Amino acid sequence: MLLIRCPYCEEERPETEFRHAGEAHIARPADWSTVTDADFEAFFFLRANPKGVAYERWRHIHGCARFFNAARDTVSDKFIVTYKAGEKKPVVGSGK
Amino acid sequence: MADAQRHFALAGRSASESVVTVMPTGPAWRVSLRARPDAVAGLSKALGLTLPERPKTSAEAKSRAALWLGPDEWYLLDEANDPLDDLSGEKALHSAVDISHRNVGIRVEGPGAEACLSAGCPQNLSLKAFPVGAASRTILGKSEIVLWRTGPQAFRAECWRSFSIYVMDFLEEAALDAGA
Ligand SMILES: [Zn+2]
Repeated sequence: MLLIRCPYCEEERPETEFRHAGEAHIARPADWSTVTDADFEAFFFLRANPKGVAYERWRHIHGCARFFNAARDTVSDKFIVTYKAGEKKPVVGSGK
Repeated sequence: MADAQRHFALAGRSASESVVTVMPTGPAWRVSLRARPDAVAGLSKALGLTLPERPKTSAEAKSRAALWLGPDEWYLLDEANDPLDDLSGEKALHSAVDISHRNVGIRVEGPGAEACLSAGCPQNLSLKAFPVGAASRTILGKSEIVLWRTGPQAFRAECWRSFSIYVMDFLEEAALDAGA
């Protein structure tokens, strides 16, 4: 079983306690009235889906229940780093 | 017309194998407590125990226990007194919800207790990783539980009432395997 480090529980926990929650660092528009259709499409539908390092939201749903962020290599499935929600996006290598 | 009777979800259920006993607990007051750090000191004073602020820990005083579930979330258990009575005068911003009847407690005790729970709980439950007093929301098979180690060979699992039949069945079967 894959182990994922929860930044709030401060330890590695089994993957079945977690849920994936989509791409991280997608900011909601501050003023919806100025959002164009193209901006909305980008915000709502378009995701990077990279082959390699992806920044993702995860939730320790069957643990502390907190949302947090992770940098994960989508090729190797390896978690490179996890960090608390609201923290700056870390610059990381491929994790290989 | 007959009086309404309250039926305990696991009435009459228990399993006693050679190395582990699985038994429902008696009724208890249960409170879901949410609060920010600045309210913790006042709430601790009102409750008569120090709310734990480290992950996977708990605190006990008299009949009362507080289990850390998350950075701003505790699970209060008390078989003798209602914690809400003590919180009613607390002015600091917090949320305390009575969930006494939402959950059911099951004790798992004996030299095979750890093996019994490990049949369905993916966490490392060794004494080193999950010492006496450790508490955590986690899973058992397909059900979410709150697990609390009350002794070297004793655990208390709390699950939602509607899941309690499943959890009890699961632990009963695991108790058979733990003794094999
Ligand atoms: Zn956690």
